[in-house]
Amino acid sequence: MKPFLSVENLTQRYPDGAGGELTVFEDATFGVEKGEFVVILGHSGCGKSTIMNILAGLSDPTSGVVIMDGTEVKGPSLDRGVVFQNYSLLPWLSTLKNVTFGVSARHPEWSKAQVIEHSTKYLAMVGLEGDVIHRKPSQLSGGMRQRVSIARAFANHPKLLLLDEPFGALDALTRGTIQDELLKIWGGTEQTVFMITHDIDEAILLADRILLMTNGPYARVAESVEITIPRPRNRTEIIEHPNYYAIRNHLVTFLGKRSKEMAGQQTGEGSNRPTPVRIDKTEPEEPEQAPPALRAVNE
Amino acid sequence: MPISSLNFRAAILSLTLLIVGLLIWEAAIPAQKAVGELTEYELLTGGGQPKAGVPPPSQVIAKAWEQLSDPFYDAGPNDKGIGIQIGYSIYRVLVGYALAAIIAIPLGFLIGMSPLAYKALNPFIQVLRPISPLAWMPLALFVIQDSEASAIFVIFICSIWPMLINTAFGVAGVREDWVNVARTHELNPLKTAFTVILPAAAPTILTGMRISIGIAWLVIVAAEMLVGGTGIGYYVWNEWNNLDLTSVIFSILMIGVVGMGLDAALGFVQRAVSYAE
Repeated sequence: MKPFLSVENLTQRYPDGAGGELTVFEDATFGVEKGEFVVILGHSGCGKSTIMNILAGLSDPTSGVVIMDGTEVKGPSLDRGVVFQNYSLLPWLSTLKNVTFGVSARHPEWSKAQVIEHSTKYLAMVGLEGDVIHRKPSQLSGGMRQRVSIARAFANHPKLLLLDEPFGALDALTRGTIQDELLKIWGGTEQTVFMITHDIDEAILLADRILLMTNGPYARVAESVEITIPRPRNRTEIIEHPNYYAIRNHLVTFLGKRSKEMAGQQTGEGSNRPTPVRIDKTEPEEPEQAPPALRAVNE
Repeated sequence: MPISSLNFRAAILSLTLLIVGLLIWEAAIPAQKAVGELTEYELLTGGGQPKAGVPPPSQVIAKAWEQLSDPFYDAGPNDKGIGIQIGYSIYRVLVGYALAAIIAIPLGFLIGMSPLAYKALNPFIQVLRPISPLAWMPLALFVIQDSEASAIFVIFICSIWPMLINTAFGVAGVREDWVNVARTHELNPLKTAFTVILPAAAPTILTGMRISIGIAWLVIVAAEMLVGGTGIGYYVWNEWNNLDLTSVIFSILMIGVVGMGLDAALGFVQRAVSYAE
């Protein structure tokens, strides 16, 4: 039985400008289940954004296929909503119109009043109500703009929601607030989410599963780490959970050390399926994963 | 309020400069020296007439008052009110300009969206663009065989280039993110063009349109001097032939005022479509 979203042998090569080829990643193979929140972590240049663009249908891989819900992904679709890092709101439209723009594209048969009602509801879910929704994006703060972008994506009920470093451009405090809002709005849906981030704590807070990528070139999805912390999660409470630092240390070690060591290794096999990793300190038998010392992540 | 006080001070300064300028002009015109007794021969050859010279501003103002109090009189082909003459000029400019916009904006869209169209059409644009619009006049007169339509054609050919180039530039420069938004929302090409690319490129397009209207207004005066018949350009030339420099100066001022009005109208539209990122 195939997963809801199945990424098979995805390879991306670019000409390196000197007549040769640069392989960004090779034979990436992984799956995402319906309703799952999957986060992909890796250093810059490992091809995360390329994978995201391929999933969105905005670019084509050199080889390999993406199959969602039994059909191959070819070109962009309303079934795959995208929240871009730079918000990508249309600056000449008001906040509300930016959302109705998406909703009326999704539901061309709806009446104007229906579209506005639906859009207003989703804007309210991310805390944008009243006068604010008639302002232009340029009159909103970065955090508010990203809320609009999230509302626009959720309002369309895509089968798969792609978040491309959605909080990357925000300050730490705002990021925290919007992460909470994202969890809240996601909690009420069966939305499948695939997200890119650089932020380990953000990944642990949000994800069901974290995919770890080695450094490029020849990057690959090396591990799939299950986040064994029960939901609903709360940023102040999860750090008390016994699994939190065990998982965090595993991720930090991977990004700080092992992603470099494993870089550039060609496995030569048909596909690079990530090794599943499960760290659970609450279970009676201790897993063999020795928690390594905390290490700074240097890009 | 500092802003209003700045505006106020600027207005005072402008007014002072105007008055001082007019006074210097008035003073600089030498008074006609009184002629003494004239012989009959001198009277017959016009020696008693004042010599033609640049008129003082007082005369120009009097002329302006006279003309503007009855701008639409029509006393034959060589004596029409300033309103009628300017009306003809504006009509020609607007028709030529509208025709240019109808062609330049869709073509600019095509060039902006398609690198192939850009590369294929660019040589033609580069060669045709620097041609003085008046150089087309003889050919236009010969082919079209109608002076009115030829003047309109000259306006068309001079206003098409800034609109074409700016539209192409604006369309090509639309942020890829916005195009991606359209793509992920499965908008068809026509809907993408009208709901995303056109509003995104509108400020650049309007800049081109504003440059075009300015050029069209510059060119219409010269074109009408050549074509004759009606229009503000013809009026200037006709008054020069009449040696009525007061009317020449008055019509020069009117050309400036109308040009300013046309630019302000386009400026208003430009502000309406501009957006802050």
